[in-house]
Amino acid sequence: MNARQIFIDGLWRQNTGLVILLGLCPLLAVTGTAVNGIGLGLATTLTLVCSNFAVSLSRRLLRPEIRIPAYVLIIASVVTTIQLLMQAWFHDLYRVLGIFIPLIVTNCAIIGRAEAFASRNPPLSSALDGFATGLGFCLTLVALGAFRELVGHGTLFSQAELLFGEIGRSLQITVIPDHPGFLLAILPPGAFIALGLLIAGRNWAISRLSRRPQPEVQPVAERAS
Amino acid sequence: MNTARISFAKSALSLGLVAIIGTTLLSGVDRVTAERIAQQERRVVLQQLGQIIPPDRYDNALQDDLFTFTDETWFPQGQQVVAYRARRNGQPVAVILRFAAVDGYSGPIDLLAGIEADGRLAGVRVITHRETPGLGDAIEAGKSDWIRSFDGKSLGMPPAAEWGVRRDGGAFDQFTGATITPRAVIKAVRLALEYHERHGDLLYSSEVTPQEAAP
Repeated sequence: MNARQIFIDGLWRQNTGLVILLGLCPLLAVTGTAVNGIGLGLATTLTLVCSNFAVSLSRRLLRPEIRIPAYVLIIASVVTTIQLLMQAWFHDLYRVLGIFIPLIVTNCAIIGRAEAFASRNPPLSSALDGFATGLGFCLTLVALGAFRELVGHGTLFSQAELLFGEIGRSLQITVIPDHPGFLLAILPPGAFIALGLLIAGRNWAISRLSRRPQPEVQPVAERAS
Repeated sequence: MNTARISFAKSALSLGLVAIIGTTLLSGVDRVTAERIAQQERRVVLQQLGQIIPPDRYDNALQDDLFTFTDETWFPQGQQVVAYRARRNGQPVAVILRFAAVDGYSGPIDLLAGIEADGRLAGVRVITHRETPGLGDAIEAGKSDWIRSFDGKSLGMPPAAEWGVRRDGGAFDQFTGATITPRAVIKAVRLALEYHERHGDLLYSSEVTPQEAAP
């Protein structure tokens, strides 16, 4: 599988959040703002790259019957490492995302990629697959967060200083001044509705594209599970 | 039979190996980051305390001059109250209490309240809460100015009967759509002030609680 295909799969054809629909718990829970989305998305991407790389390295060592517990060990170690590093260097963001970082362990997208890709492919392309999958997940988180923040608060990238330091403060854009706040978008139901709209938007885009005369057939997404 | 046993042993060994590598990695990372994480946590606490009593008003190590206690009458549900004492030339300046408003809309609301030696409030801040975003979260200093309406208030001003939201005939605003949250905060702050009035001396004179017991 070449790099281009890996990226198309991770970002679009097999996007974790929009097509495979794995890892919905953090996806729905933290996307109240775009910055939260970026933070968790980056942490998840880093986890995926490291865990895919480690799983791929150990793929000949591990017998099939113990591979799942071994994956869990690897993923838990990677996530705890990231959690400690984040606590030390991005402490303020850690205080916002705190409880969701350990939950990355239970994000089934990560064990899904370990099983579906990293256990059958060499380390470098596995790391690349982790990066592409993570980036796809991250973009979904940011899109969802930006949409909910815009509708709910009328701003974009507020609290960016948590991620980028003091310079981040200037990143905040007030799109709708004096926005009274739209509670539904910020609360959990808003997350489900926004995700539904995103998936619908993706499906709509695909149907538009396939209506044009195309020589090649639209490839069918194969599921990880 | 024998081959099966060997294969079991191989599985156990390789799983053990993964566990050992993981544990080694984690203990290494923990060793590298532990000091920095502790520093960061101290910085956060100092920053929170500094919002209530500016650092130029005291000359002691505010963050370490703390003691913890429990008192079911004023601080219900068995909570651990932390008191940070600000002193200047050994004289009491103010005490910052960390406690919780127990009857919030969704769980306890963790508060910091600074009380001057003369019983006036230096300020109140919310540390953590799970109130409804967009409604109850106006208690956060970053979301609205409501929490600043405590500045300078004391038990006599407003009078005890007016320590409540306007809907209950009190002197404090409520928020549109959220009365329970401000009501809970006001009640908890009033109880803290009453505790200070009764036991103010105790707050300043108690021995420092050993650090390992404190966060």
